[in-house]
Amino acid sequence: MKETRSQMGLILLLAFVLEALPLPAWFSGFWPSWVALVVIRYSLLAPRLGGLGLGFLGGLLLDIYTGAVLGQHAIAYCLLAYVGIRQHLLVRPKSMAQQVGFVALLLLLAEIAIWVVDGWTGRSTGDWSRWLPILTSAALWPVLQRQR
Amino acid sequence: MNRESINRNLLQRGTPIGVRFLGYAALALALMYFDQRGGWLDSIRYVLQSAAYPLRVAVNSPALAWVNTREIFVERAALREENLRLQEQLRELKILALRREDLERENAELRQLQSAVLEVTERWLAARIIEETLDAQRQRLTVNRGGREGTFKGQAVVAGSGVLGQIIDVGPFGSEIILITDPEHSLPVQILRTGQRTLAVGTGKVDELQLPYLPLQTDVEVGDLLVTSGLGGIFPAGFPVGTVSAVSREGGTPLVQVSAKPAARIDRDRHIALLWFREGHPAAP
Repeated sequence: MKETRSQMGLILLLAFVLEALPLPAWFSGFWPSWVALVVIRYSLLAPRLGGLGLGFLGGLLLDIYTGAVLGQHAIAYCLLAYVGIRQHLLVRPKSMAQQVGFVALLLLLAEIAIWVVDGWTGRSTGDWSRWLPILTSAALWPVLQRQR
Repeated sequence: MNRESINRNLLQRGTPIGVRFLGYAALALALMYFDQRGGWLDSIRYVLQSAAYPLRVAVNSPALAWVNTREIFVERAALREENLRLQEQLRELKILALRREDLERENAELRQLQSAVLEVTERWLAARIIEETLDAQRQRLTVNRGGREGTFKGQAVVAGSGVLGQIIDVGPFGSEIILITDPEHSLPVQILRTGQRTLAVGTGKVDELQLPYLPLQTDVEVGDLLVTSGLGGIFPAGFPVGTVSAVSREGGTPLVQVSAKPAARIDRDRHIALLWFREGHPAAP
């Protein structure tokens, strides 16, 4: 199926709806980083469609939406897109387990960037639970990958 | 063909991707720098936030509708029960009032404080919760009152039973509130019994605050009431904050570990109020 920009926009909007869903407190710690997943998906599967701009824009919108420092998620998700696009040809033929591992590494990289900015700007750097969504997000990769 | 050149053929449209990445990164860093310093980016954020507001309302409305519907059905039974409880409370209060007269004569200072709380509030505005985030890193609420109603950054927010937090971000239709239980929030408080001033810091849990800066020999007991101390410029003195729930002098540190339970039921109070204080009043923050 040929993917289009408007389709990508809709999927990004859907990701924001998922980010915004009201969740019980015990569950929200596990809630995947939907916008990051969208950025990764397009970087690996359709690198020309989204490109770095999708990462930057998605991240910036998330900054506005969550009230984070403007640019924090933008730089983290741009980094996701950059590494994803650079490596997409290497990753695509790999086994599913390896792909999931790669996605987890990407998410870890982005979260480290977000964490560093939290530290710089004097915000709370949280506890170990901030790293949890990496696992749940990466576990969703086989499903997202099949949507193609 | 090596990987580099494949990437080039596939992706290169003008500028190489590495350069474009550096460009985006520089832009992001600049944004962070200016946002952190405050100023003109605030007004941009104000406009952009209003764009996100419909999404928040749309996504949260089914949950809110459910809560409201349930409230209607529960209301009748709850009202009866509440009525009985209030009657009981009234009897108790009447008895307490007798004692209080006595106490008030003894403690003129305290009386001043109490009347100050009532007099210093010029007006208040009820607000409805649009969205809540209550996890370990963020304890925030979004409410349906914003710049149109004159809310402002640093405005005091209370629930029926105590201090809830303060506004940190204002949009035209909604405002974001940082709760006193947010790990980034600390509130200047006073132990009512002793007058000891300190800070109450959020823990990321809805039912816990911590007082991490009290020396070991501080006179503090479980059950002590915490009120705002009037420092910090957000709240006047004397607003109830919470009750000390645990005191530990173990662990070999020079500080006593004190936990407190917030007076406001952070995750349950649905009726919240934004306060405006009388300017120039001696007790005003």
